[in-house]
Amino acid sequence: MSDATHAPSGDHHGSRRTYLTGFLLSVVLTAVPFWLVMTGTLDNQTTAIAIVVFAVIQILVHTVCFLHVNTRAEGGWTLLAYIFTGVIVLIVISGSLWIMYHLGTNMMPMTGTDGPS
Amino acid sequence: MGTKAMGDNPGFYVLEEEHHEPGGATLLGFWIYLMSDALIFATLFATYGVLSSAYAGGPSPREIFELPIVALNTAILLVSSITYGFAMIAMHEGKLRGTQFWLVVTGLLGAAFVGVELYEFGTLIHEGATPQTSAFLSAFFTLVATHGLHVTFGIVWLVVMLVQLNQRGLHPENQRRLTCLSMFWHFLDVVWIGVFTFVYLLGVLR
Repeated sequence: MSDATHAPSGDHHGSRRTYLTGFLLSVVLTAVPFWLVMTGTLDNQTTAIAIVVFAVIQILVHTVCFLHVNTRAEGGWTLLAYIFTGVIVLIVISGSLWIMYHLGTNMMPMTGTDGPS
Repeated sequence: MGTKAMGDNPGFYVLEEEHHEPGGATLLGFWIYLMSDALIFATLFATYGVLSSAYAGGPSPREIFELPIVALNTAILLVSSITYGFAMIAMHEGKLRGTQFWLVVTGLLGAAFVGVELYEFGTLIHEGATPQTSAFLSAFFTLVATHGLHVTFGIVWLVVMLVQLNQRGLHPENQRRLTCLSMFWHFLDVVWIGVFTFVYLLGVLR
């Protein structure tokens, strides 16, 4: 009953248009990486860079269109928490890879051929 | 009434909860939970990244990953995101039947996603690519199965919400719960973007 009167338009929930825009964008941003990898149109290096770029864009599209993160929702606290988490996620992943890669290269050669190279 | 109540009433009482929009602090709190869940996935992604070439003589990603199955699963999860979006739109328009219909569609798509993932795991284990085979496969199963478990619990939550909607309708508490589930569902889709890009696509390229 009170939905129509005090619906805070556009703060926490999107319109049909927001959802459809997000959906169409993410279909393209999903299909192109799969197509690139499955057909092997470009060389491996370029493909790898391209699909990572597509993934980052798609994550941002989902965040804006589906999760409705913006500067107004919850007085900006969702956005702040999101950015903070993004920084931590980047530090955890890139830091782990960096440290473990150098540990691996500085180790004595293993007896077998396996092991992190 | 405010003036004549001065003398004989207690100084302070609450007639009803402050009328915020449904949710209020709950939505922000649930968002913080999702961010901490993102950190769990970050550690699992980091583990997978470190161990992703530790095959221990076992199969490599190129030999075992079936991209058509992954593409199918990605499509299912993506469509389930937009159907949940339609459920939220129906909820804000106050349409109970529409909300229930789109929630059922979303739940079925989620179940299909889990089914396809279990089929994929079954095939891998049948081929001898078990979690015990190599560090790469341990990390792979841990990361992807954690996401699959999240989706499974999302489906359980969704079924509970369908029962509640059937009994109580679209009252503000149910709207708040559906909004939280919406964030949870879309968050899992975001995690899946990382999984299909960094695990499957980059794994096959390797």
